[in-house]
Amino acid sequence: MLQHNEQLNDPGVHEKVKKGKRNKKPKEKKERTSFKKGLQQWREVFPFLIVGLLGTACFVIYPLFKGIVMSFQEYSIMPGADSPWVGIENYARAFQDPTFGYAVRNTFLNTVVTVPINWFLGIFFAVLINMQFIKYKITFRTLYYLPIITSWIVVAFLFRYLFAAGDGGFINYILYTQLGLIDEPISWLQNQWTAMFVIWTFHIWKTVGWTVVIYLAALQGVPKSLYEAARIDGANALNLFRHVTIPMLAPITIFVVINLVMGAFNIFPQVYFITGGGPMHQTEVLQSMIFNEAFTNMNFGYSSAVGVMMGLTIFILTWTQQKKIGKQKFY
Amino acid sequence: MKNRSDLFWKIVVYAILIFGVLIFIFPFIYMILTTFLTSAYSLPRPEEVFTARPNLENYKEVWMEYEFYRYFLNSLLVAGVAMVGSLLLGSMSAYAFARFEFPFKELIFRAYLFTMMIPLVLAIVPQFTVINNLGLVNTYAGLWLIYIGGGVVGSTFFLRGFFETIPKDLEESILIDGGGKWRIFWNIYLPLSKPALGTMAIFAFSGTWDEYFVALTIIKDEAMRTLPIALMMFQGQHASNWALVFAASLIAIIPVIIIYIIFQKKFVQSGHSEGAVKG
Repeated sequence: MLQHNEQLNDPGVHEKVKKGKRNKKPKEKKERTSFKKGLQQWREVFPFLIVGLLGTACFVIYPLFKGIVMSFQEYSIMPGADSPWVGIENYARAFQDPTFGYAVRNTFLNTVVTVPINWFLGIFFAVLINMQFIKYKITFRTLYYLPIITSWIVVAFLFRYLFAAGDGGFINYILYTQLGLIDEPISWLQNQWTAMFVIWTFHIWKTVGWTVVIYLAALQGVPKSLYEAARIDGANALNLFRHVTIPMLAPITIFVVINLVMGAFNIFPQVYFITGGGPMHQTEVLQSMIFNEAFTNMNFGYSSAVGVMMGLTIFILTWTQQKKIGKQKFY
Repeated sequence: MKNRSDLFWKIVVYAILIFGVLIFIFPFIYMILTTFLTSAYSLPRPEEVFTARPNLENYKEVWMEYEFYRYFLNSLLVAGVAMVGSLLLGSMSAYAFARFEFPFKELIFRAYLFTMMIPLVLAIVPQFTVINNLGLVNTYAGLWLIYIGGGVVGSTFFLRGFFETIPKDLEESILIDGGGKWRIFWNIYLPLSKPALGTMAIFAFSGTWDEYFVALTIIKDEAMRTLPIALMMFQGQHASNWALVFAASLIAIIPVIIIYIIFQKKFVQSGHSEGAVKG
């Protein structure tokens, strides 16, 4: 029993055994034994794997394929109702729909605007918190991380409240009543660009804590000996940062930027709970459009078509990065 | 002279950090102050908010009269079961990927990884049709199936790395006693991964505690609503009474914040960062 198990566990041993057999036995027989072996291995792993596999198949993989199929249909959710095939009509429709145009533009803009700011603020605060003389590091980390763990809905209420129109809204109160920086109170959420500004601010405020925490962990992983060695060679603080900290953070930076881009591209509750896509769909993003088309307008086929296009874009984006990600062991 | 400029820079750094804290914390403080206002039927002016006297009237009203105790318990049940289920399923399949060899292992794992990149919103409609076909619309069972079934991938990904760091030699003691894979799993892998499992548990709990979109499509009964849905509906009805809305909001976020503050010292920075730093 003992030997048997070890054999299965250790890929090295496993490989050796297989090779040995391969050399001795004729081809046909070898294939059968490795097939048998595979079956045996599956039997062992089956109880651990199967429920998870089933769950993923039913609630992740099947829905993805189903979504692709639905995008070519005039899909009806009513049981027994027809869902006629419409070819690429749903896709063609997107390119004539001004809402889709807004959604693509705003998703793209959100990524371009928030990722650099988020990244800079993250590394900036992480480096400051990590400075030797700073006390209460964990307290700072906890407080910066607080927005992350707070529910999207509640934070969205808060931002709508702080950015309320009229001079009773807190931001207007500061800018207009106290500082006099603006001529009249701004109706933040009623205009396209001020609403976008609120959404971006909301996104950065809510997620920057994650960047701070990841960089803090990375900074603490930089070996102290490297700094000591550099200091003996006469490096000053700035040199240390440029020639030790930055190179050591390079691998984690790739990871952080990819995650920030994905996060910004997948923007959804930020818009859904703040403006709902309004005014006149001008702040809509891809995911809020997908949700609204499906559950407000009941256009499931059209919603899926937009979803498939978005999924494909993400697929291509991550595929081109696959090699870089693959080299890092992120788990 | 040197000391003086040192002190100056230290003060500057502290000032920047504290300014950052203010930016992150002030909205919460403003929210808490707002809940102390009584009879706030229009947007309260900042002067009123800053002079509000602490009291719990609004909390009482929301908790009892608007039945948030019910939604709170609903959310507790939904998130609790989903958390235990995800942990169990996630650790089982992570163990399968970490310590077994079997055909198509890496292929399946890659397929898992791939699905993590696709946004959930694309899957909501088909997920709903699956639950609909099972006759589980408007039940918590339907909600749990989606939360647990859809969450396995993430927890497998997260836990596999931790399981792989556990030395295999430890398994021998169990094997000598004649125990099998299950005993190894229960007696070695689960206890030794407590920090990772704890972190996972917090993710799973807070993720389902706050979940809005799936719950909105599956749950129809008013009495069965979870907190996020109750909150949205409540805000819709009492749009201008911010004091009540925020009292309800605080009730909804306090459990997650308390859990986070208690456990954050043991918090594992979601595995991937560790691996990346070492690599």
